[in-house]
Amino acid sequence: MKYQYFPGCSLKGMGKAYEESFLAVSRALGVEVKELEDWNCCGATAYMSVDETKSYALAGRNLAIAERNAGDVIAPCSACYLVLNKTMNGLKEHTELNRKVTGALKSAGLDYKGTAKVRHPLDVLVNDVGLEKIKKHVKAPLSGMKFAAYYGCQVVRPYATFDDQDEPVTMDKLIAAAGAECVTWPLKTRCCGGSLTGTVPEAGLRLAYIILKEAKKRGAQAIVTPCPLCQFNLDGYQDQIAAKYERIDMPVLYFTQVLGLAMGLSASELGIKRGIISAEAVLAGR
Amino acid sequence: MPLEQKVKYESDCDKEFATWVTSQTGGENLRHCIQCGICSATCPLSLYMDYTPRRLINLAREGFKKEVLSSFTIWLCASCYACRSECPKEIKVTDIMYMLKRKAIEEGVFPRRFPIPVLAREFSRMIFMFGRINETLLVTDLFLRTNWFKFLTMTGLGFNLMRTGRLSLMPDSIKRRGELRKVLDAIDAEEKKEEVK
Repeated sequence: MKYQYFPGCSLKGMGKAYEESFLAVSRALGVEVKELEDWNCCGATAYMSVDETKSYALAGRNLAIAERNAGDVIAPCSACYLVLNKTMNGLKEHTELNRKVTGALKSAGLDYKGTAKVRHPLDVLVNDVGLEKIKKHVKAPLSGMKFAAYYGCQVVRPYATFDDQDEPVTMDKLIAAAGAECVTWPLKTRCCGGSLTGTVPEAGLRLAYIILKEAKKRGAQAIVTPCPLCQFNLDGYQDQIAAKYERIDMPVLYFTQVLGLAMGLSASELGIKRGIISAEAVLAGR
Repeated sequence: MPLEQKVKYESDCDKEFATWVTSQTGGENLRHCIQCGICSATCPLSLYMDYTPRRLINLAREGFKKEVLSSFTIWLCASCYACRSECPKEIKVTDIMYMLKRKAIEEGVFPRRFPIPVLAREFSRMIFMFGRINETLLVTDLFLRTNWFKFLTMTGLGFNLMRTGRLSLMPDSIKRRGELRKVLDAIDAEEKKEEVK
């Protein structure tokens, strides 16, 4: 299995632990991933607020580069996953937009045909690798551990076809394969606050607090997520949340870290120490 | 107490704005909205908004330009797409919010105390320069431009990120910056050509 890996800015920055654990798990499972050559920022939510056509062109450059090689594109960051898929959809639906964007790309020697396929690691792990194979790699099952599977919004909405848009289950299945238990809760895809935690904390922090408090109430020992922004909001702002509401002290892990631990990979290889709220005490009990 | 007109006459509305909204990508089916309010109910931020998404859609399609473009609503949308996935009429509410944000920036009428438009502008500037975003530099730049005091309250978070090796102060850059600029400039040129027409 060969794929092209689109890291995006977060996985090279504040979400380093996601890249580390994603690559370590892929390696251990024999999934070959090669970083997309000279990729640029996908544009995230911010660029769409400034210039629509350019935001499509920005993502279009990445897709045009990906089309030169074989293999589906894997985008682990929810925002990258959404933007790349949104671009493919938009360019297919709107001919005028397509003309402008493909024309601009062509002027720089980039050929966009719309043939790339952008996928999320949740999709690839469950549907290409398969749960059976993953279970065979589980050497140190996380028995007795209880997690809150928190997907966030943009990984499933509005383009994902590999899972339900409000009640997704793929990550729950992977956590179960790792030998741990998932709490039942209705907040799997509720907004974590996005960029509002920093820009409008009155509103943003409250949203992050709701997720943390509800996970704790249901007995979760940690929150598990596939999104670097969710991880950052829920992990990084717990001091501010403590000052405003209450202290929660909930570690926030990437699902790739959970899988890696169950597969017997080392904590340092998986970037476990990069959590601001330490997961070590929780994981010591496994 | 000065007398203030609380309800608009039809003639007070900006018909041109209404036509513009419904002619944009994503706004074509805005007239199909049945005002059921599921967008407002499902929106995790509607309780902070001056107009809920349902009201904003109604105001936009009737041409209440000033109310819509200077509202907090459009800047509070965090793009979680919950409204869009629930809408029985398949209205792309999130895309409409983006469209209105762009218009508000273009016309310079966004609420002054909101740092989000500044963030969006700095974000696109950084991409034009480097092709990639360094989150640390972006956030530092944003707070220095908008709110010194808030920046000081962020130092705890900054320290935590440094401690865990997640902070980087060097801008990351793509190799072929010229190629990316050429693409973005080509779009500018194309749009200028359209304006002349």
